[in-house]
Amino acid sequence: MKLSLGPLQYFWKRADVMDFYRQAADWPVDVIYLGETVCSKRRELRLPDWLSIADDLAAAGHEVVLSSLVLVEAASELSTLRRMADNGRFGIEANDLSAVQVCLERQVPFVGGPTLNIYNHETLALLQSCGMTRFVLTMDQGESALRALREAQATAGGAFPEVEVLAWGRLPLAYSARCFTARASNLGKDDCGFKCLEHPEGLTLATREGESFIRLNGIQVQSEACCDLAPDLESLRQCGVDYLRLSPQPGGLSEVIERFHGALQSGCPPERAGDCNGYWHGRPGMDWVGAAREFSGDLQEATR
Amino acid sequence: MNMELVCPAGSPAALDAALEHGADAVYVGLRNPTNARAFPGLNFTPEALVAAVSAAHARRKKLYLALNTYPTSRHIQVWKDSIDTAAAAGVDAFIIADMALLDYAARRHAGIPRHLSVQGSATTAVALRFFYEHFGIARAVLPRVLSIAQVERLCEHSPVAIEVFAFGSLCIMVEGRCQLSSHVTGQSPNCHGVCSPAEHVHWTELPGNRREVRLGQVLVDRFEPEEPASYPTLCKGRYQQDGNPFYALEEPTSLNTLELLPRLAQAGVAALKVEGRQRGPAYVTQVTRVWRGALDALKGPQPFRILPEWEAQLSHVSEGLQTTLGPYHRRWQ
Repeated sequence: MKLSLGPLQYFWKRADVMDFYRQAADWPVDVIYLGETVCSKRRELRLPDWLSIADDLAAAGHEVVLSSLVLVEAASELSTLRRMADNGRFGIEANDLSAVQVCLERQVPFVGGPTLNIYNHETLALLQSCGMTRFVLTMDQGESALRALREAQATAGGAFPEVEVLAWGRLPLAYSARCFTARASNLGKDDCGFKCLEHPEGLTLATREGESFIRLNGIQVQSEACCDLAPDLESLRQCGVDYLRLSPQPGGLSEVIERFHGALQSGCPPERAGDCNGYWHGRPGMDWVGAAREFSGDLQEATR
Repeated sequence: MNMELVCPAGSPAALDAALEHGADAVYVGLRNPTNARAFPGLNFTPEALVAAVSAAHARRKKLYLALNTYPTSRHIQVWKDSIDTAAAAGVDAFIIADMALLDYAARRHAGIPRHLSVQGSATTAVALRFFYEHFGIARAVLPRVLSIAQVERLCEHSPVAIEVFAFGSLCIMVEGRCQLSSHVTGQSPNCHGVCSPAEHVHWTELPGNRREVRLGQVLVDRFEPEEPASYPTLCKGRYQQDGNPFYALEEPTSLNTLELLPRLAQAGVAALKVEGRQRGPAYVTQVTRVWRGALDALKGPQPFRILPEWEAQLSHVSEGLQTTLGPYHRRWQ
């Protein structure tokens, strides 16, 4: 099992992004996903900037993959997508079917992003035949779903692609045409004033009794809870997960990476540091399922 | 070209209402997990589906089967069997999201048109080309994320006929990519055909005739005595940022595109979808009647204008008793 750094979900100032990836060059992550996946209005960095960062990271020994927008609507977004796929050096993470088609037309192999909705082995095989070499497990799928996918694929006689699982970070729960960050400031998307820059880790919303629940990140809604699969290292390994994806955050990521890296080196799963791992255990995403499960055998024991 | 009016039916009575009041086509689901309205007591048994096809064809109308959830490898046979069942019943089209199922339907029942479900999340002509080239889809239902200008442009470039949502409850997230419900309940529209499943909804009476509603343990909203309370989908709850609860994502409201009708027709949209298989025959009657009237008026010699009674009738059956143009209108976004 190796580590990957997922695409940056938030909107940061250009200098902060540059600084972040300068540090990333030294981090023990094998793959780094780069690019804007949430909102095409975020233009602190343009494609040439991302490619320049990509060159630096590749020179430092990382595999670099360019991630595409999750929600593609405008002609300009499609043209960025095409230029991305034509870059000639780096692979693509296709986060919607427009990107899959663009890669397919160019015979560019791609990583299937977590929003492609791969829930069964036949869909998996179809996308493999289109050039998908690796896929990120759909977020709501866990251990049991991955096992089933693998077994079904083996029975059908197909090769299984590399598989990556989101192991650290807030869960990207939903996407909309609407910009929620702008809405929270009584602004429309066309007139957003780039409010996301003021929220480098999203904007927390609490329920009416004060429980932090979700984070607004432009057109994306994230969980407030931070997913942490480090304690589940053993089952991830048993399922043949190839990459653990860690999601960028403004502070403390090098410690997060160190923790995962150390655990992979030693083979010892660390204590829980995040909030939730429910999806991996076939439970609601926000749940935490602790080691107690192994002894009680009762999923109802799962606590948040 | 006439736009087809596609109406929902969750029961034979709703089907009759839709056919009686002017639907050109009706879409239904089987009583199993294969469709996105997998609610108890709703939907059609295989026998009822056969009768539904007969009823539609007797009036020279079409019947579509929605198979718009995503099957896992373990259970995919249930979906495939449902496709075979529907083919034998004589449905006029399948509405499908999952690629494996589109592929199966294309190979096994090539003569029955395939429509890409809104759950397939295809928002560009390039994405539609993928589905057209691989599975020969005849039509695609667009996610409720595009502005009217974007819909117009897409109609120009799409390799397939376009269906859009015209009226009904408004999913404000990209369909097929929303895990809010599964985050809290473990059940999602994608895999379980439900959003905010009823068994996870808890209403509590509070002192002073106030009420609160939770999904699982998450407090979705509280209501004052006179305040209308709506079903607790997470995207229409009230949350707080600095102690001021507001509809952070969306208010309880329904989509209503009556005023866009001339533009949708001009753009070449092939079909208009009414949401609401979970609603009863009264809803289907009212909404079908209004939209039939509007579509007929659009074809008439007079310039199209919206009758006040149409708006009144539609608002009456809308969430929160109000309607919106939603993402079709740039300002909503």
